[in-house]
Amino acid sequence: MKTITFQVDGLTCPSCAQHIEKVMTGQKGVQETKVLYNAQKVKISFDETVGNSSEYEEILNKLGYDVKSQKIA
Amino acid sequence: MKFLSKGQNVFLTGTMILIALVFQYFHLSILADAFLWVSTFLAGSPIFKKAFRFVFLKVISIELLVTIAVIGAFFIGEFLEAAAVSFLFLLGSYLEARTLEKTRSSLKLLLDQAPLEARIIKNGEQQMIAAENVNLKDILLIQSGEKIPADGKVIEGDAFVNEAAITGEPLPVRKTADDKVFSGAILDNGYLKIEAEKVGEDTTFSKILQLVEEAQDTKAKSQRFIEKFAVYYTPAIILLSILVFIFTKDIRLSLTFLVISCPGALVISAPVSIVAGIGNGAKQGILIKGGEMTEKAAKLNVIAFDKTGTLTMGKPQVVAIQAIGLSQNELVEVTAKLESLSEHPLGRAIVADAEKKGILLDEDLKDFRVHKGMGVSATIHHANWIVGNRELLKVNQVEISKETEQYIQNEENKGRTAVMAACGQELKGIISISDQVRPEAAETVKQLIANGKKVIMLTGDNERTASFVANEIGIDEYYASLLPEQKVQKLKELQSKGFKVGMVGDGINDTPAIATADVGIAMGGAGTDAAMETADIVLMSDRMEKLPYSLNLARATTRNMKQNLFFACLVVALLLVGVLIKWVYLASGMMLHELSVLIVILNAIRLLKYNDHYRKGVQS
Repeated sequence: MKTITFQVDGLTCPSCAQHIEKVMTGQKGVQETKVLYNAQKVKISFDETVGNSSEYEEILNKLGYDVKSQKIA
Repeated sequence: MKFLSKGQNVFLTGTMILIALVFQYFHLSILADAFLWVSTFLAGSPIFKKAFRFVFLKVISIELLVTIAVIGAFFIGEFLEAAAVSFLFLLGSYLEARTLEKTRSSLKLLLDQAPLEARIIKNGEQQMIAAENVNLKDILLIQSGEKIPADGKVIEGDAFVNEAAITGEPLPVRKTADDKVFSGAILDNGYLKIEAEKVGEDTTFSKILQLVEEAQDTKAKSQRFIEKFAVYYTPAIILLSILVFIFTKDIRLSLTFLVISCPGALVISAPVSIVAGIGNGAKQGILIKGGEMTEKAAKLNVIAFDKTGTLTMGKPQVVAIQAIGLSQNELVEVTAKLESLSEHPLGRAIVADAEKKGILLDEDLKDFRVHKGMGVSATIHHANWIVGNRELLKVNQVEISKETEQYIQNEENKGRTAVMAACGQELKGIISISDQVRPEAAETVKQLIANGKKVIMLTGDNERTASFVANEIGIDEYYASLLPEQKVQKLKELQSKGFKVGMVGDGINDTPAIATADVGIAMGGAGTDAAMETADIVLMSDRMEKLPYSLNLARATTRNMKQNLFFACLVVALLLVGVLIKWVYLASGMMLHELSVLIVILNAIRLLKYNDHYRKGVQS
């Protein structure tokens, strides 16, 4: 189990945060998604044997949120 | 629409609507319509784009509903409505983003304080490196105006350091050899050479940032309820819109429902207040861990204080020595040897005293043991020594003569703690230790009582010392000679009587009590990880007067949140009724919706400026 934190750009409405949570939680391997709206961060806990963090990044980009930096722990 | 910024787009489409209205006034309807079409297209395209992205991932977003409403309005020939709805939605989200930025400004301010570079000394040479590349044990040089890049210990130099980013303390503090310094603090003048002890994510500063980030997005109880409500509200309104369309064929009414289907003000009402409240606290060196804790802190009616290190300075000093059958220095030497292995603040006072007297402490003791809440014991050259309180003596059946008992009582009546040393069953001496009461303690307690709180003191210290301190500070109710688990017991007792109890301590010796209380409050949290982790409210500095402030701030935040919730519910109800009785249409529905969101945010922004000095002035 790993946690990746994306620092994103363009999170402007709280309802977007809910949408991102919904979309990301539905992805392969994702256990939990937490959107820190005020810090503009998306934290995803995932099973690294099933999911792939670069896919998550791609989806965030597709949703229109530019990933500025990321950190895996 | 990448060639237009959001702001430009809002300005342009708004202007076009105005021009269209002018044309309409002069009955040039073709020109008016043309302007409205272009305006709808420009303002609408970012909305459509976003809606499309989410549909792709099977999420129905507010943008999708607005898109449907705009396209619907367009098809029934309501060009002005279509243009106005797109424009207002865009304007609303633009203003929302701008004002929300403000509510987060304290976090950003904090982030900006992060150190970026470090001047490292390697092989006698200075070199600038990125702050994140500093390693443990690196030797760093900090000069006037520079930020300290890591937590560490001063090894050389003399400087005034501004620690406002960490403790909220505005006045610079002097630092010399052996003092601790924090990453993120700014060196006012002088210079320091430090050895890095904590780097990167482990520094107090990073921990504060992480805590604040997490806290600002930790949901309050009322917020969770609202979110559940919002989850059902939107689909219910969409369904209503469809039903209205099927049964009444009133497209306008049905589209209007879509426009108001997202209870925007309601969704953000609680979060914005919490962000602003927590941000206000963070600026003052007060960390409140989230919305739920804010709500709980607002409801506290009993504040329990730990004595040592909280109401007192926590820097006990040896003030009198009574040796029996040996010299004073011999007594200090033995007790200091035993205490040098204990973490207890009283023990440290004795060790410090020995150091001051130049007594060397060689390590020739065996079987060292800590007797929790009582003292320590060990063997030195085959003699059994115990050092501790009366309880420890009783357990070991040490006899205390009448005169000595009188002496101990006299010392305790002066608010001093008597540490007794015995060899075998023979009392060898008494070392009196006194811990000064914090100068601001009495005032703080008075304020808490004035704010309607019941204040009590819990201490492991004996009855006489406790009574002396309680008296000096003005606390009526205190419980002395408590072991850590008895403190917990006492708190549980109070809770079972229905009191909401806040426990204030230093977060090191009283972790169980802090964890038991409804709200655990740690003072002097800077640098003590345990305190920062366990407590629900952390006062980074050890300035007591921040305590009433933080409780008042919690109350103000909760009040602000309630105002927002009430207002947002009212708007939802009014919009629904307004749509049903056909007072509110597409554009006016959108306008009321966006307006209510802005009002909620603006109300929360007031919290950023909250400062209870003003209130205090009014009261006194």
